[in-house]
Amino acid sequence: MNRRQYNWLFLIIPLIALAIWVDLSKQITITNPFKPQTSLIDRNVQTQLGLDLRGGLQVLMEADLPSDSTVSSSDLNVTRQILENRANALGVSEVVMQVAPPRRIVAEFPGLQDPAQVIASLQETGLLEFVDMGTTPVLVGTVIQTDYGTSSTTTGTPAAALTDTPTEAPTDTPAISPTTDPNATPAAAPTPEVAPTIYHTVMTGAALSSVNVQSATLGGFNIAFTLKSDYSTLFADYTGSHLNQYLAIVLDKKAISVPSINAKITGGAGIIQGNFTQDTANALAIQLRYGSLPIPIKVVESQSVGATLGADSVRRSVIAGIIGLLVVIIFMGLYYRLPGFIADLALLTFALITLMLYKLIPVVLTLSGIAGFILAIGMAVDANILIFERLKEELRAGRTLHQAIDLAWKRAWPSIRDANSSTLITCIILYWFGSAFGASVVKGFSLTLALGVLISLFTAIIVTRTFLHAVLDNIKFTEHPRWFGIQESHYESD
Amino acid sequence: MNLIKYRYLYFGISLLVIIPGVIALIIWGLPLGIDFTGGSLLEVKFASGQPPAIAAVTALYNEMSTAQMDIANPVVQPIGTDSLSIRSKEMNDTLKAQVVAALKDRFGGGQDVVITNFTQVSAVIGKEIAIRAAGAVALASLAILVYITIAFRKVPNSFRYGTAAIIATIHDILVTLGAEAILGHFLGWQADALFLTALLTIIGFSVHDDIVVFDRIRENSNIYRRVGYETVVNHSIVQTLDRSINTQLTVMFTLLALALFGGVSIRHFVVILLVGVFSGTYSSIFNASPILVVWENREWRNWFRRKPGTQIS
Repeated sequence: MNRRQYNWLFLIIPLIALAIWVDLSKQITITNPFKPQTSLIDRNVQTQLGLDLRGGLQVLMEADLPSDSTVSSSDLNVTRQILENRANALGVSEVVMQVAPPRRIVAEFPGLQDPAQVIASLQETGLLEFVDMGTTPVLVGTVIQTDYGTSSTTTGTPAAALTDTPTEAPTDTPAISPTTDPNATPAAAPTPEVAPTIYHTVMTGAALSSVNVQSATLGGFNIAFTLKSDYSTLFADYTGSHLNQYLAIVLDKKAISVPSINAKITGGAGIIQGNFTQDTANALAIQLRYGSLPIPIKVVESQSVGATLGADSVRRSVIAGIIGLLVVIIFMGLYYRLPGFIADLALLTFALITLMLYKLIPVVLTLSGIAGFILAIGMAVDANILIFERLKEELRAGRTLHQAIDLAWKRAWPSIRDANSSTLITCIILYWFGSAFGASVVKGFSLTLALGVLISLFTAIIVTRTFLHAVLDNIKFTEHPRWFGIQESHYESD
Repeated sequence: MNLIKYRYLYFGISLLVIIPGVIALIIWGLPLGIDFTGGSLLEVKFASGQPPAIAAVTALYNEMSTAQMDIANPVVQPIGTDSLSIRSKEMNDTLKAQVVAALKDRFGGGQDVVITNFTQVSAVIGKEIAIRAAGAVALASLAILVYITIAFRKVPNSFRYGTAAIIATIHDILVTLGAEAILGHFLGWQADALFLTALLTIIGFSVHDDIVVFDRIRENSNIYRRVGYETVVNHSIVQTLDRSINTQLTVMFTLLALALFGGVSIRHFVVILLVGVFSGTYSSIFNASPILVVWENREWRNWFRRKPGTQIS
């Protein structure tokens, strides 16, 4: 018996126990042993179901502009995309948003009851800062810490409003901030972020009075800005003393452009230069003007809505899904006998771990997410089937059980690796696509599928094998070929 | 068992399925649901406090849908305890009044049915996004082509494997789109966001299946160097046949259970998945690998001669 196989058991068994614990809990609280009043972890781990399965909160939003002003449909669309991205901080909350021209947006949030929370998270206009980088610029997209906002916040939303959704920091807008800026951002500049540096905020977006895109004399586009009069002296002093250093434009603590200071800017008017196209310049200008929303938005009303698929239909489908899985489990047991039974245990482990991750991340489950999950189960079963078919071949070729198990894994591995890698590649591209263009259906699907593929690799390769070794240690295959679905005559004839 | 011998028969079967689907796509087009087109959002409140079942409202909409103003297959959601939110294709004020009157007549329970909100809404997945989704799939195909070419670099012409996998995937996409167009025409099904998901699932499944067979060819090419390529491919298909059928069966079990016992609202989605997954397995056995043989033998040189299909061994 291979010692290493036993070592895996020490990881697998606690993992299964942990998964069962999380799967059965609704709330996880671990009290801090040193300070009894505080808790180390206090999290709601209820399974989150999407709009199609359980319904949620419908919010009607409207452009907060005078009623006689017209709202351009492209601005409304950009706003929709930004709001959807904000709501999908981790890409799994499966928000549905529709533009209702001329000036409204209808949004639906799965599983939420508290309108105040949703509205607060959507309405905060992005916080724009101009941050002193010194001589070493950060790369565009880096999340940094600044000294602004620690004492007072301009937005009415305390950061705590979003504690349910982890990592609120990257609630930015990848779609409208494709600010690649090779001139201003030397690619060679490394960012050694050993200790988190706290950068100094020179001023915020409140200092800007106007922002315009203009074409540059040498081709390309620039962004011209003017400052409010209170800030022009401050900015002149600052740029004068920081020549050839970098000034980052930071939105919601994320650098969106890192230009360098080429001259002292007096009179409160300056230009941001870079390799801008008209589109990228416009995008940056919009962010400078409005934080990140091209038009201010107010909430008109909110109400809770039921499941789009119908509660009854969902209930029947869950039962049907369980029947389907049972059939698969029985089939595996009948066809592959003992190994099949062990694969069933591995499959169960797979389901437990996956559900745990869905609850911890959290992933909002919709029908498309479940499709990703079913496909992943299919692939998990497939990995086992691939291995067992090999196992049979090796046993028929007269190997000992122990040799056969190891050889079967070794031979089946390249196909499992390549097949799953290609699926992962697809997932990554689809996930990127889903987040760039605000298609949360695609995003949810690719995330659940990718999670499923990774976990299925673990269960098929490690869990099944460890269980097999642990159970079969003392069994002689030649005495019980039927346990492996091999007829004795067949075995002998080979 | 010589499976590869009948390769042109398999291609023929594929064409037999694909061509009607493509014709249906050209003539009838892909019926798009409100996820892609947008439409009208109608919210009504039932004074009786007892809104009808979702299926009943759907049936009413389907009944009142006309060729000029198609409002079939609405998305219905209960709001609170007494209201419904109904999304359908765009409807004008006349039809709206008729629908509300019918709602009141059939489900009002003698009391009033009030419109609380009526607005036009955009598509959840706009045209731009749908087009870009196709671009993302194309990009993913390209990435897979590169990956397979690298993973199979030790066999000659590794580029062919990736290409064959992509051709098989296109086969499955066409089969699925065709099935949707035909079913859409006869059963009134419309492609929605879930259809997009189903399509992505099918693509993932198809490539996965192809690679498993290719892997065997890769392994066998190193073992059986003396025998012809055709024999190696045939042997690999036969060796992986048990696995292909069993994996197919397990996925089919789950989907069949969902189609038979699951809710009506997901049946469309599940049936499309069934079609696509079946096509995926078929194409991995009967298209992807035979294409490799055709390519190896450069058989297209014989296609237009007097006696086509003669075997080269």
